[in-house]
Amino acid sequence: MNSLYYQKRLSRNIGDKFFTSLSVICALIAILPLIFLVTYILIKGGSQITPELFTLEPNPPGDDLDAGGINPALIGTLIITSIASIIAIPVGVGGGIYLAEYSKGGAFSRFIRFGVNVLAGVPSIIAGVFIYALIVSTKILFGSMYSGLAGGMALSILMLPTVIKTTDEGLKLVPNELRYASLGVGASMYTTILKVTLPSAFRSIATGVVLGIARAAGETAPLIFTALFSYYYIVGFEDLFYEMGSLAVLIYNFALEPYDAQNKLAWAASFILVLSILSVNIFSRLLAAFTEKTKRV
Amino acid sequence: MEEKLTLFNNRKRFGIEKNIDIIFKNTALVLSSFVAIILLGIILVVFFQSFESFSRYGLKFLVTSEWNPVKDEYGAFTAIYGTLVTSFLSLLITIPLGVGTAIFITEDFVPKVFREIIGSFVELLAAIPSVVLGLWAIFVMEPFFRDFFVFLHNLFGWIPLFSTEPTGRNSFLAILILVVMLLPIVTSIARDTLNQVPKKLRNAAYGIGASRWKTIFSVILPAALSGIMAGVLLALGRAMGETMAVTMIIGNSNAFSWSLLSPGYTISSMLANQFGEADGSQVSSLFYAAFVLMILSLVVNIFAQWLVKKFSLKY
Repeated sequence: MNSLYYQKRLSRNIGDKFFTSLSVICALIAILPLIFLVTYILIKGGSQITPELFTLEPNPPGDDLDAGGINPALIGTLIITSIASIIAIPVGVGGGIYLAEYSKGGAFSRFIRFGVNVLAGVPSIIAGVFIYALIVSTKILFGSMYSGLAGGMALSILMLPTVIKTTDEGLKLVPNELRYASLGVGASMYTTILKVTLPSAFRSIATGVVLGIARAAGETAPLIFTALFSYYYIVGFEDLFYEMGSLAVLIYNFALEPYDAQNKLAWAASFILVLSILSVNIFSRLLAAFTEKTKRV
Repeated sequence: MEEKLTLFNNRKRFGIEKNIDIIFKNTALVLSSFVAIILLGIILVVFFQSFESFSRYGLKFLVTSEWNPVKDEYGAFTAIYGTLVTSFLSLLITIPLGVGTAIFITEDFVPKVFREIIGSFVELLAAIPSVVLGLWAIFVMEPFFRDFFVFLHNLFGWIPLFSTEPTGRNSFLAILILVVMLLPIVTSIARDTLNQVPKKLRNAAYGIGASRWKTIFSVILPAALSGIMAGVLLALGRAMGETMAVTMIIGNSNAFSWSLLSPGYTISSMLANQFGEADGSQVSSLFYAAFVLMILSLVVNIFAQWLVKKFSLKY
């Protein structure tokens, strides 16, 4: 008689409750690591931040009193990431332009798109192994072996698929009417691309590229045997051809040291790295959400 | 009037502009083929560098676990076993967690704002560099789980997987940190596929009286299965190639053991540890190991792409 009302005891309702709570538990477990991790890094790393950290060289491990600073690693990360961007952005944007604007969905472009996806799945350490074989062990760069330049090249291999993909997808979202209008008033193909389609896709491409750079800045595996590590200040242009430190490799090396001072330095470096990567991510996410909202209106 | 027309008729593009146009197109073409060149370059370089080791040890390399630079004896079985076991077991934990989270995000248990916040939290987890996760694993996770491992060993010591006395870093911790890294991949892909399942299917199931979870299990998950599978395969490829966090926490020992509570090795952690100071035939053997890793991840990735293409949702 009451069969039209919700009955708690029915097995289907009990089952539903059970699975609902199960998925709530899954979601909680999924976000717990991030919360633990970020709070721990903020507390443990944030407490190590001092002005000297940004200006001093790290002391070689074994000196228990004072670990020094991370200046060379900080500058090194900026340099290596810039080298990677200088290589990957033009190549990636150019390749993306070809895929989105010129190719007509033939075998070549299908193969390249497939290659982009495969390259994105190549383990990052393989990129390091590749650059080691190609550049470090052959001393092809003016006789230097481990160098910041080689490290930047290894990172650029990892950035390239991201840049191509975001350019390709960003350009595909540009409505065809814009292209027809531009070509219709007599503009050539390259004027259309440079003056019309690229500018209108600029924001989505830039977001993707910036996220790619942020990702590359935290990569360690390709650097440990291409750029290696250095304890010394980067003073001039020729330092590009020698071993170069980076925040990521500093964290790796100093986390495995048995000395407390070095471990603390690793935490401080993680603090800076995580804070900058997360803020870039959150900022670009907000920007994307904002543009979506304005588009809808 | 007449004059104007001839003006337009004579308006031709300059030769130089045409040339720029052609140069621009060809530059873009060359730049896009860089991807193929790099990909083929990686495969060829790693293959030829491993040739010496390949011709000396052949397939025996894959099934022996001797790694002795002094005697020039190399076999990567421990590392290959470690790679496979850590990636598969971590996936086994990640799949239910990730899919469960994705269901939570796509259903309407809580208001949309909270779901979006949880979704972006999980995605932010993917942005954290793996070396930082490794640091965290060494100093926070390892002490936290130490007692749990002792408990596990005392209770399940008779199972080979838990048969060794836990001492610090081990494969089990590597599996746990891999779960943290894979969770965002599986969750975000599963969420995207679940969102693509049309509302009609859900409404039809509700209409004939199915409960919410009956609908999820019998209608929505089967419809999204291929997308979720592709995400899982991508995560598998990622797990096999993951280097830093695993290297820092797995303990790096080439002594073979079935147990998860003993220090282990993966191919990538072996490369990270030994590549810098290797010489002679050790380098070639490391390239051989790298080649094995590359083939494994290529196969998984290509299969994932094929799956996406073959079974993408057709609604």
